[in-house]
Amino acid sequence: MTSYRPVPAGTHPLNHSPAYRSTALRAPQLPAIRLPAFALEYAGPQVGAAQLQPGGADLTAGGKAQGQRILIHGRISDEQNRPVAHSLVEIWQANAAGRYRHDGDQHDAPLDPHFSGAGRVLTNANGEYEFLSIEPGAYPWGNHANAWRPKHVHFSLFGPAWASRLVTQMYFEGDPLLPLDPIFMSVPDAAARQRLVAPFDLSRTQAGFALAWRFDIVLRGPEDTPFESAPHG
Amino acid sequence: MAELTPSQTVGPFFHLGLTWPRVPATVGSVTLSGQVLDGGGAAVPDALLELWQADAAGGPQPRGGLQRMAVDADGRFSFSIVKPGAAGSAAPHLVLAVFARGLLRQVHTRIYFPEDSALHASDSVLQRVPAARRATLLAQRDGAGLRFDIHLQGPQETVFFDV
Ligand SMILES: [Fe+2]
Repeated sequence: MTSYRPVPAGTHPLNHSPAYRSTALRAPQLPAIRLPAFALEYAGPQVGAAQLQPGGADLTAGGKAQGQRILIHGRISDEQNRPVAHSLVEIWQANAAGRYRHDGDQHDAPLDPHFSGAGRVLTNANGEYEFLSIEPGAYPWGNHANAWRPKHVHFSLFGPAWASRLVTQMYFEGDPLLPLDPIFMSVPDAAARQRLVAPFDLSRTQAGFALAWRFDIVLRGPEDTPFESAPHG
Repeated sequence: MAELTPSQTVGPFFHLGLTWPRVPATVGSVTLSGQVLDGGGAAVPDALLELWQADAAGGPQPRGGLQRMAVDADGRFSFSIVKPGAAGSAAPHLVLAVFARGLLRQVHTRIYFPEDSALHASDSVLQRVPAARRATLLAQRDGAGLRFDIHLQGPQETVFFDV
């Protein structure tokens, strides 16, 4: 029997976070009910190659997209520091001007025909991943007067089970908008919040081509049974 | 012990990165449809749903059985599912996660089948749910298919689980 320890308080935002106004009518009001350890939610699934798309590591059309080229890379592990191997990583983000390639984005900033805005890769056997992208622009949103989202990249991760599923956002070290952002600030624990901020990584910059940022991610994992890495396929 | 990465909202533009092909109907599949609603009873037009289930024998499918779908402009969705089996004392069920703008972390619920009321009496997860709220976890018959609405908030708020 595997077991997952409860998520430490303060790690995840409370869905009821009034400073982020869209939560008002969407955050459940009643307490969530704890599941038993043998529930299906702790038994899988592991999500890998079946959902992969070719070319998913390069969002820039071979470096033709406008803006500052960046390598986004990191390692995905579980709480026991085991690599999350051969697991699907999906990202999406605004372009250098702060505009998404999405019909719902009405921000008056230019689209870039060479920037796809989305990527999809598998981690390697060590849990590592990398994307070639563009530093996203900040963009305005309607949450409050003169509200701007800090530069960010949306991430979707799976890990060993339903219980380890995580959707999050990567931010950039030194962004002055971070303390003003109610979504970033919704993470109660300041140390946990800081884990969403990717540091600049000089060691992985590509001379003459691209800067680099490192975003390591830790997902939930079982406490007492080794997680067997999923084979390809 | 490595420290967990926090959750953040999926936001309104997830279609760009998270669109998967629809799982087609197959022999023996049924349609599970419904709507996602907010605390004011309004449709949620920008929710993403993920559905996973056991196989016909009630066992977990380590690398299969997962579906993902964005709701339409009216908050509606329609999956093709094959009913899973019962496993031990656990009644057949589907597990469902809802992601949306305005949810800083996904919420987790379960869908049980209306014809299994005898099994529901011994299901150890349903027994943790106050009796008055269990009906929010039951799909309803809808023609040849099933219907399951998700109320994120309000008087009919769906039961959500701490996974
Ligand atoms: Fe965003």
